[in-house]
Amino acid sequence: MLYQQIQQNKRKTLVLLTFFCFLVLVIGWAVGYFLNGDMLSGPIIAAVVLAFYVPITFASARAQVLSMAGAREIKKSDNPMVFNVVEELALAANVPMPKIYIVDDPSPNAFATGMKPESSVIAFTSGLLERLNREEIAAVTAHEFSHIRNYDIRLMTLCIALVGVIVVVADIGQRMFFWGGGRSNKRNNEKSNPIFMIIALVLIILAPLVAQFVQLAVSRNREYLADASAVELTRDPQGLINALTKISSDDKGMKHVKDATASMYISNPFGKKRKKTNWFATHPSTESRIERLKAM
Amino acid sequence: MTTWIIIAILAIIVIYFIAQYNGLVKLRNWVQESFSQIDVQLKRRHDLIPNLVETVKGYAKHEKETLNQVIEARNGLISGTPQQRIEADNQIEGALKSIFALAESYPDLKANQNFLQLQEELATTENKVAYSRQLYNKTVKDYNIKRESFPSNIIAGMFNFKREELLTIPEAERDVPKVTF
Repeated sequence: MLYQQIQQNKRKTLVLLTFFCFLVLVIGWAVGYFLNGDMLSGPIIAAVVLAFYVPITFASARAQVLSMAGAREIKKSDNPMVFNVVEELALAANVPMPKIYIVDDPSPNAFATGMKPESSVIAFTSGLLERLNREEIAAVTAHEFSHIRNYDIRLMTLCIALVGVIVVVADIGQRMFFWGGGRSNKRNNEKSNPIFMIIALVLIILAPLVAQFVQLAVSRNREYLADASAVELTRDPQGLINALTKISSDDKGMKHVKDATASMYISNPFGKKRKKTNWFATHPSTESRIERLKAM
Repeated sequence: MTTWIIIAILAIIVIYFIAQYNGLVKLRNWVQESFSQIDVQLKRRHDLIPNLVETVKGYAKHEKETLNQVIEARNGLISGTPQQRIEADNQIEGALKSIFALAESYPDLKANQNFLQLQEELATTENKVAYSRQLYNKTVKDYNIKRESFPSNIIAGMFNFKREELLTIPEAERDVPKVTF
């Protein structure tokens, strides 16, 4: 079961990587075509960017995600109880002890990141550590360990880091479109095909959305899976039920959350107030998660 | 020609047997390694208990009997068979529960920083014992299955791979122990 999940995640990571490279090339083409009117310069520039960006992303994805989330590392002396809880579950999951990070935010939430189980990080918000008791923190930690063990974290971390570049590229394209638009109209002697122009424009606008949808595709069922394997570790479904209840009862949401990172948290970080449509729901509803836990 | 075929078949059999033997050795080592995890935690508990008793003594002089009980039982943590040590740990856990329950009636003790720290440390070692026992039992189960199934059981018999026992908690002790003092 775990082995299959790992295989599946590795396969998905590859698909994701291919898809993102393809998307960046297409966006490059669209931007290049729109600005210069030729088919080659855009994709070539995009390919060069990818050749540098992908390896850099592999090396720095974890740091990027942590800084996007505004997390800082803590030492054992800062909070011995949390370290003990994480140590306990590292033992149970048979995974090396991860680093522990804190996000200063009163809203309770948590996430795990990293490229492999040996170099993973678990981050808690300060609100979570204040509001949850030992058993509940253990349940949340076990949930995060499930993501670590089955390589969900690698897929997620890469996804977030890569979504970053797509948003940036599309952003540049959009800006160029707005101030470059007038200029290209003036040199009307160039043959510009309106259909290609429209496609280019649509791509520029849709790219961030597509990136978002990819992220959602990898996200929903895994929360149920991680809940189930968390209970397998702690043998305490009630702990996780209580933790999820407490976490979701917070309706204010987190103060600084970037859209790209939303799906890695244990529970929707936007809270109840900023409810997005179902397309953008990064998490299954807490009610349905709790229902499944109660059935165990 | 036929001699070559026979030699090839023999070679395959030998290689297969070596692989099976190595698999058994690997699992036996995992069993030992996972027990050493439990061992570390039991020793840690053994070392923490005197500190706890010292701290509690200062506040709760009338509870000598409970405290002595824990001190006496703690040697069981580091001697005896794995099963005996786990059982000793269970008894101690019961006694510790009554010490922590007793702290409720001594507000000064309950507020003592040292006591709180020891309580947390003892709680985490107890959880670690439980989790590493979970891992140990899983490893032992894998090892025993390999040892008993065909054809690795032939090799296990030849090289005297002994059956490992699961660590169990007696049914009666699995309930919350009664706190009496």
